[in-house]
Formats: sequence, C-alpha cells, structure tokens
Amino acid sequence: MSDDPHLAGLSGTILHDITVPARAPWLHHIAAGQTLRIVDLEGNQAVDFLLYSAQDDAERYSAQDTVAAQGNLFLRQGTVLRSNEGRPMMTIAATSVDYHDTIGGACSCESNTLRYGHHTKAEHACVENFLEANLLEGRGKRDIVSNINFFMNVPVEEDGALGIVDGISAPGLTVDLRAEMDVIVVVSNCPQINNPCNGFNPTPVRMIVSA
Amino acid sequence: MSQTLSNPNAARDHARSMAGTLVEAMPMLPPVADDLPAGVASDDLVWEETIAPGGYATRRLARGTRLRLIDLKGDACASMLLFNAEMPSERLNVADTVKVQWNAYLGAGKLLLSDMGRVLASIIEDDAGTHDTFCGTSNAATNAAKYGDGRNSGPYPNGRDRFLLGVAKHGLGRRDVHPCVNLFKGAKIAPDGTIMPQVGPYTPGRSMLLRTEMDVILVIANCPHILDPREDWTVTPLRATAWRGPVTPDSDPVRNATPEGLRAFQNVEDYFRR
Repeated sequence: MSDDPHLAGLSGTILHDITVPARAPWLHHIAAGQTLRIVDLEGNQAVDFLLYSAQDDAERYSAQDTVAAQGNLFLRQGTVLRSNEGRPMMTIAATSVDYHDTIGGACSCESNTLRYGHHTKAEHACVENFLEANLLEGRGKRDIVSNINFFMNVPVEEDGALGIVDGISAPGLTVDLRAEMDVIVVVSNCPQINNPCNGFNPTPVRMIVSA
Repeated sequence: MSQTLSNPNAARDHARSMAGTLVEAMPMLPPVADDLPAGVASDDLVWEETIAPGGYATRRLARGTRLRLIDLKGDACASMLLFNAEMPSERLNVADTVKVQWNAYLGAGKLLLSDMGRVLASIIEDDAGTHDTFCGTSNAATNAAKYGDGRNSGPYPNGRDRFLLGVAKHGLGRRDVHPCVNLFKGAKIAPDGTIMPQVGPYTPGRSMLLRTEMDVILVIANCPHILDPREDWTVTPLRATAWRGPVTPDSDPVRNATPEGLRAFQNVEDYFRR
C-alpha cells in the first residue's frame, strides 16, 4: 500500500501518473473501464476538460446533453458525462468537491478581450491549450465545444445572473472519472489570472489513471 | 395513377399541375408579408417562411438583417445554430454568451456571441421571455426513448438530426453542430441547479426580433424541447420573416449597453475593417 494520500481509494494498477504543470495542456487516451483521478494539488485550480470518443472523434462531450439528461446544471458524484449523441462517455464515480461546472466554458484570448479588455489579448488561455492538444491528433477549432470545469464554481441566481466565483475546492481534493467507452481526454490546466477560478494563481494538477 | 403517368409528358403535366399549391408550412417566393413593421419597405423583405412542426430551415443572412420569429400557435421551439458565413469555424458559443453577459437568460438587449469574441446577432425585441441556453436539443436516442421514434424519416424528428441536415446544406457536418440556444421554450435554474423547463403552451403569436451583426448562416430546428414533459410529441409551426436593415451604428443602444458588449461590437467592427 502506498502512503500517498492522493492514491487513497484507487483500486487496481496505476497505469499513468503525471503532474500537469500550471497553464499547460494534457491529452491522454483512456480505455473503457479505466478510471482517471484528477487531484487539485494546491486548491482552487480550474481544470478545463473535453472528451472525444476514441473510435469516432466527431462524437464528443456535450454539456447540454449531460445537463438535460440529469435535469440539473451541476456535475456531482453519479453524473454521467454524455456525448453529443446522448451516449455515456464517463461517469463521475467519486468526488470530494460538492459539484463541478459545465456552463462556464473555457477562457479564450478573444473572450478575454470582452470580459477584461483588449490588454488581455496576448495572455495564455484554455482555448489555446485545447487547440494545441487537439491539433496533435488532427482535430481543430470545430472540435472545441462547451467543456467541463472541474473544481470551478458557477452558480446561477434567480434572475439568471451567473459568474465564476470563489472556488469550493481545496488542496488535495479529487474527482474520479470512470470511462464508459474508449475516450480521448483533452485538458487545459487553466491559466486564467483575471478571475477567481484559479485563486488568481494557476497551479499544477495531478492526473492518475488506474485500472 | 401509374397508368396515366406512364409517359414522361403525363408525369410532367402531373408535376406541373401542383404549382401554386399553398400549405401551412412553406417558403413564399418571392417573399411577401402584409404585417411588416412601419417603415420597412416590402422591397427589403428577403425571407418569408413558415417552418413545420418538426421541420427545419436554414438561410444565409447578411449583416444588418432583421429576423422576426413568430410562435404562430404558441408551441414552437426554435432551436438555433449560428455561424459566421464567411468562416463557419466561427460559431455561436453558448458558454461565452452567458458568461460574458454575466447572465444566462436571453431577452431584449442580449447578444449572441461567437467563439471569436464577436456578436453574431442581437436580440432587439422579445415579447416571449422564455428561452433556454442550457438544455440543447433532442437527439435520435432521446426521441426514441420518449416517443418511440426519432428518425428524420419518422413522425417524431429530433433536433440534432434536423441540425445535421441543416448544416449539411452549407457543406458542414457532424463536427459543426455546436451547442444551441432554444427560443420560445425556456429553462429556469433552481438554487440547487435543478433545471425547470418552461414549455407552455403559450399565447399564439409571441414574437422576437433579432438583428444579425455579421453575415451569418442560420439553422433553426423546430422540434419539441428536450425536457418537454408532455407524453406526446407536441410542437406547432414557426414563422420566420427577414428584411434588410442598416449595419448597427456607433450610437446604437444595444451596442453600448455594457462594456463587454461594446467590446464585442468593436471586435465585429474590427473584423470588417478591411
């Protein structure tokens, strides 16, 4: 048994274990039945997350199909992450955070100009990471859709007001995702420094795949 | 029938005899509408079409076009995709639309934003008030589960497959059916995240007026809302009317309403600075 608290509760063999640096992309293929654990090492780090079917990458994660199927906006333990064709891609098997976001989307150089001003145009952004990773496998801009933001908090008020607010994550909190089909995971370890999603300080996250 | 149409001339005459048939859901060519707003010349009308229950329509609209949508009988659901017609890899980004405007509920004055930080269309008027940025549309599997069938060729078509046909008419495909907005059918969010669909039926004749801020490809599917709780597949015709209009001027109140929106318009103006 390992003394590493980040491995607690994971069964089977560790197939892959890597720390994704702050601000960086990550792409990994995960087979059906394997589990991906994401560890928010230092707390309040948004992990922007997309999924593609490994067999047919025109089938991909759909935030809208996911929330409509469960009748709720928040991603919690038990949530089935669904594709644009309605099929289960992964299931949130466990998480030590109350809920995760899938309506806030990913920051981009272009949306940063709207949200903060044109002085932020040159800052690194999640869409840059998504593009860089996806281009390695022949996917491009058309393949970037509404994503998940693990460890990010986007409440919706009664009048529809919404915003990215202070995180509900903390150092060492985790989410475990069980693959329901062979998937390609594309992550941007969010580099945003203009809102509270990363506590104004992007930090590394750890990715552990087990089977 | 097969007897009388046994030669090409008879088949031609039979086909030609259909000319002039009017049905509820069809385009009018050339477009004609007797209820244009005051000040709109009939010469400026570019599109008049009634979209069938379960049907779809798609059209390229120039920058400055006014698009009026009318929920004719109170039970339409206009699920909408939008692309930059010149560069369709730029498309509606629902997440940016709600995040940049700090609000998820669409209505008059709200903008539909692209993934390139630009405004594809503005909502100028809205007397419906029930719209949805969260739920997306139905697919073959959800309609099969709910209604027993969801195929394009069957009686209960689904929104995604309608979108696929619509985008295909512009050379686009499965990778291009992006998250959509639903107009006329709404979704409210409870504090615990529960989605509360608002599907009516509503008073006939509710309408919206949109203004395109770029040259766009519009795709509308008119299928029941994905969370419509009714057992029966229920949807009524949707009318679309569009006319030419001026490009949004610097003084426009929707353009200037918020700092974020203003920058989105400035990005559009920069795009057209060529």
